[in-house]
Amino acid sequence: MKLSREEVKHIALLARLGLSEEEMERFRGQLSNILENFEVLKQVDTSDVPPTAYPISLENVVREDEAAPSFTQSEILANAPHQEEGCFRVRAVLEQ
Amino acid sequence: MTYETIIGLEVHAQLLTRSKMFCRCSADYIDAASNTHVCPVCLGMPGVLPTINQQALEYAVMTALALNCAIPEYTKFDRKNYPYPDLMKGYQISQYDAPLAVNGWLEIEIEGHKRRIGIIRVHLEEDTAKLLHRTTPWGETYSLVDVNRAGVPLLEVVSEPDIRSPEEARQYLMKLRTILQFLGVSSGNMEEGSFRCDANISIRPLGSTDSAVKVEVKNMNSFKAVYRALEYEEGRQRGVIEEGGRLLQETRGWVEEKGITVSQRSKEYAHDYRYFPEPDLPPMVFSRQWVEQLRSRLPELPEARRDRFLSHYGLSAYDASLLTASKAMADYFEACVKLKTEAMVEKRAKAVRNWLLSDFSRLLHATDTEIGDSKVTPEHLVEMLDLIDQGTLSGAAAKTVFEEMFSSGRHAADIIAEKGLTQISDAEEVEEIVAQVIATNAQAVEDFKKGKERALTFLVGQVMRQTRGRANPSLVNKLLKEKLEDSP
Repeated sequence: MKLSREEVKHIALLARLGLSEEEMERFRGQLSNILENFEVLKQVDTSDVPPTAYPISLENVVREDEAAPSFTQSEILANAPHQEEGCFRVRAVLEQ
Repeated sequence: MTYETIIGLEVHAQLLTRSKMFCRCSADYIDAASNTHVCPVCLGMPGVLPTINQQALEYAVMTALALNCAIPEYTKFDRKNYPYPDLMKGYQISQYDAPLAVNGWLEIEIEGHKRRIGIIRVHLEEDTAKLLHRTTPWGETYSLVDVNRAGVPLLEVVSEPDIRSPEEARQYLMKLRTILQFLGVSSGNMEEGSFRCDANISIRPLGSTDSAVKVEVKNMNSFKAVYRALEYEEGRQRGVIEEGGRLLQETRGWVEEKGITVSQRSKEYAHDYRYFPEPDLPPMVFSRQWVEQLRSRLPELPEARRDRFLSHYGLSAYDASLLTASKAMADYFEACVKLKTEAMVEKRAKAVRNWLLSDFSRLLHATDTEIGDSKVTPEHLVEMLDLIDQGTLSGAAAKTVFEEMFSSGRHAADIIAEKGLTQISDAEEVEEIVAQVIATNAQAVEDFKKGKERALTFLVGQVMRQTRGRANPSLVNKLLKEKLEDSP
């Protein structure tokens, strides 16, 4: 099963990646290969295996509601390319 | 044509935990400097491991039980992916196909009729970062991100599309907020954004069961805004249909200043959230025993409290509803009444009710104060009521005293002493003033003799005025009548 160009475009948009024509074709092939591998996996008979969302048999791992000191503002912003007023500065977010 | 309005509401309420949903940063961020309640978990740095806040789970289950929901044994968290700068991780930890609770309802009362509004689901998720929008002097716009709010536990409550009018929507929200406040799990403060609401609204010809085009309305920051936005949207949709137009499935934002909704983004770019199970958080299995234990810990809820107010304090159904409309009001009322001996409770309850629902409410409203923040404590109010009962303070002068108590937080006794407002119950002193009033208001005296009862009220008012409300009113009444009947 080969992915369509439209599907690859959509995936690229979701990942916020701009792809050139050449990359589009390359990833179309690679992504299709991955899907084909899943087609192989699908042949395994799983009719008596209950579906699971989590591979390790752990449950109810919780912690007490206690607050602890956070990092300082300068530590938090240390990696920010742009900062202002103690905040991360980002490109305008269009709300309307 | 008559149309029917179909509304479903989605409410997000922040939970009052000490720490955030998945890390130990403090969840109390309102007054904090920006980005000071943040850690690598909040930022989604590589290699971090979120852990579930036990208290948030308990609060969520308690709320779900109070909303008559079923609590499935199995529940889990999922990742909801979307690219937006208020999500540092690029996804929000939320719940998708196995929510914490399902199939509940809450009851509202519309014009004396009780109606049940279904609740589809209740689930837990994390709040997002706050965005601040800025413009440079040369007109370039940009945004600032404050991550303090990101990760605060958020409870989502989704109603069935059972709501049929803006007023029902308002009632539903107020009821839900009251329940959260009675449980003590959320502040329910809409202005501060701890309690938020989005609405889905559509209209269809009455009697039709077709599914109409749904519009999502956002950006409503008060109960009044929800009401106004839905009322506006009802009219707008009817207008489009009646002019032969087609409604679009879209998201619209409420613009408070203009009183309108405007299109925000069309659903053509339908979100592709690509939910998948959160691999960092093991699923949860709630034992029935634990759920029942939480159920037994539920405090008295608004309806039960209203019914108890009704039977125990001899209040009317209407007054009992008003007094239990908020937990703070109900607590205040009971604190005042509890300070009185059992035999006196009903009488005192009526007096407290009178003050709470009239002068006190009016002043709270005028000064935009919550009752819990008022300078008049229950002890202060009780002290004043005791002074009225003892005959030291007249009801009329009490109004002046109360206003002063409200603005200064001083004791009634001190204000009475300072302003000379002690009630005059001395017959001779009152008699003198009564004689004066009769002498100077010949017209009213004549009217009274002609049988005009209202003239008496006027004369009583004159005596009260002369004494600045200090005269004992029953004494004034008695003496006035006597004098009027004696005089020729």
